[in-house]
Amino acid sequence: MAQTQETVVLHGHIIDSLILAKVLDTILMMGGTFDLTDVKIGATREEPSHARIVVRAASGRLLAEILEAIQPHGASVERESDCPLEPAPADGLFPENFYATTHLPTQVRLQGRWIEVEAMEMDVGIRVDRGGTAARTVPMGDVKRGDLIVTGREGIRVLPLQRPKERDVFSFMEAQVSSERPHGHIIADIARRMRALRDDREAGREGSKVLLAGGPAIIHAGGREALAWLIESGFIHVLFCGNALAAHDMEAHLFGTSLGFRLSAGRAVPHGHEHHLRTINRIRAIGSIEKAVRTGVITEGIMAACVRRGVRVVLAGSIRDDGPLPDVITDSMAAQAAMRAALPGVSLALLVASTLHAVATGNLLPATVPTVCVDVNPAVPTKLADRGSFQAVGLVMDAASFLRELARELGWKA
Amino acid sequence: MSRLLVCAPDYFRIDYEINPWMRLSNAVVPERARAQWHGLMRLLEDKIGALLERMEPMPGLPDMVFTANAGVVVGRRAVPSRFRHPERQREESYFEAWFRDHGYEVTTLDKDLYFEGAGDLLGLPDAWFGGYRQRSDIRAYGRLSEIFGREIIPVELVNSHFYHLDTCFCPLSGGELLYYPPAFDRYAQAAIAERIGEARRLVVPESEALRFACNAVCVAKQVVLPEGCPETIKRLEARGYTTHPLPLDEFMKAGGSAKCLTLALE
Repeated sequence: MAQTQETVVLHGHIIDSLILAKVLDTILMMGGTFDLTDVKIGATREEPSHARIVVRAASGRLLAEILEAIQPHGASVERESDCPLEPAPADGLFPENFYATTHLPTQVRLQGRWIEVEAMEMDVGIRVDRGGTAARTVPMGDVKRGDLIVTGREGIRVLPLQRPKERDVFSFMEAQVSSERPHGHIIADIARRMRALRDDREAGREGSKVLLAGGPAIIHAGGREALAWLIESGFIHVLFCGNALAAHDMEAHLFGTSLGFRLSAGRAVPHGHEHHLRTINRIRAIGSIEKAVRTGVITEGIMAACVRRGVRVVLAGSIRDDGPLPDVITDSMAAQAAMRAALPGVSLALLVASTLHAVATGNLLPATVPTVCVDVNPAVPTKLADRGSFQAVGLVMDAASFLRELARELGWKA
Repeated sequence: MSRLLVCAPDYFRIDYEINPWMRLSNAVVPERARAQWHGLMRLLEDKIGALLERMEPMPGLPDMVFTANAGVVVGRRAVPSRFRHPERQREESYFEAWFRDHGYEVTTLDKDLYFEGAGDLLGLPDAWFGGYRQRSDIRAYGRLSEIFGREIIPVELVNSHFYHLDTCFCPLSGGELLYYPPAFDRYAQAAIAERIGEARRLVVPESEALRFACNAVCVAKQVVLPEGCPETIKRLEARGYTTHPLPLDEFMKAGGSAKCLTLALE
């Protein structure tokens, strides 16, 4: 995924002589790319100019060839230094000058070697092990006093994403989100990826999980059967949601309603508003969702499918929750940690009809994981697409329509 | 008055091949070389009115005759050359010693920063230009620009027959430039054209460029150049220059002509 790169500097009368233009042209003509990270133009004709160029290539060999070609024009590889480390002053506290991460693949230079930062995530810090041989992201709250934290900007490389090799909807910059685009081909591409990932998973390959983060609108809008089918059929392996999605899913099973509305008839039933509370109370009495499924109280729907298929479910609580269900993690930092722990191996994320869970999940995911954000409110997919990934696809559409169409693409007969 | 550093061809011969003009089999005829060199000196002293500073030739250093490569001199400051080829590196200490002995303030470049003197660094009123890639290293110009406080525009030389800037680029005293564009890459051609308007650029035809028409010495309105360059002469005379063609073919055997045999000390 990541390209190799090297930083070079050019110094002297490089503007009027067209030396800078020649070096940049050479990089492009040879198949590399560049970022001009710093250009200082001399204020007078006599004063020299200075340019700092990050040269990137798809392979180490091509990079070496490019560096060799631009070297005679004065482009010298910049002297590199290790990234500075400072101990955390207290538990839960970064050193003042800590490096704040992006969600892009990142390397840090330790003892002269470039090391890949593990578990890439945005808006956290980087902790280096005592031996200085490994680096991993760490959220602010998890820092322990004395942990070695990367500080400053030296010795850190942020690598841009390469466009994915697959020629599908994810290989184009989908930054703009429009409600007026046809969805059919996008959903077909997502289905193609999911089928390939399921095959990988059945073949026991790593990194083949599909995550779905969803809101209760999936149930209200009629997407429950389609989602349950997707889970039963082995297309989804991790589920992030809140108290409501789980409660209304089981309410639908026990009472045939979702927040009191008869799902089949679409009208309120007498005392229907109590149904989700009665559902939550019943599950609390049993002790857990899993137990409710295993004992035959809940036999169909999303939660039942998750238990049967061993899907990892993280239920994150919020301040408007009723109950909540016994499985809900009400400490939001603990919920964030549980979500983070479920991410390794995820290669596709579907964020459906939940602003809260979509944004939280988007923040935890590295940019290398393709995401699909589906919401009737264009602001949500736009917010996710703005994360600057080639692989964030936004769909402005109803959750149930999306899930039903996706399931049909994958063979659901309904 | 123009002061020029020269060195007699007592030991001039082809001892090695470090440019496409040199052939060990194409030996110098010492008598002819001496006669041609003395012809050039007489012309420079008597007709052009230049003041010649003669340095002692050294046995075993055949190319010392090409004093243009001794270094570069601006006012009282001299920067001696750092030759790319080991064959010529032994000349460096003699040139440096000459500058010191004659009261110049000498600034030396790092050992591995190749720079071949006024062979590669030439000035016009608009800018100085530095040839690179064949002999001098582009990085030398950053350093020289600091030393002299002047803008130096590096230009890439792409044809090994024109291995020094002074083989294809000759600033004239009236602000014109006599040059051979194909010796430069397209970026350098564009950079030169950007600084020197079309009316001031005198392009030398290929056949005469290969006779080193651009390796000319210009003092006031007098131009000394190798013989056999009628088109170049026409262009120079149209601009009011008086031309002095001379036979210098013995020195062409080593890839040098009039300009290579002199170093301007002003």
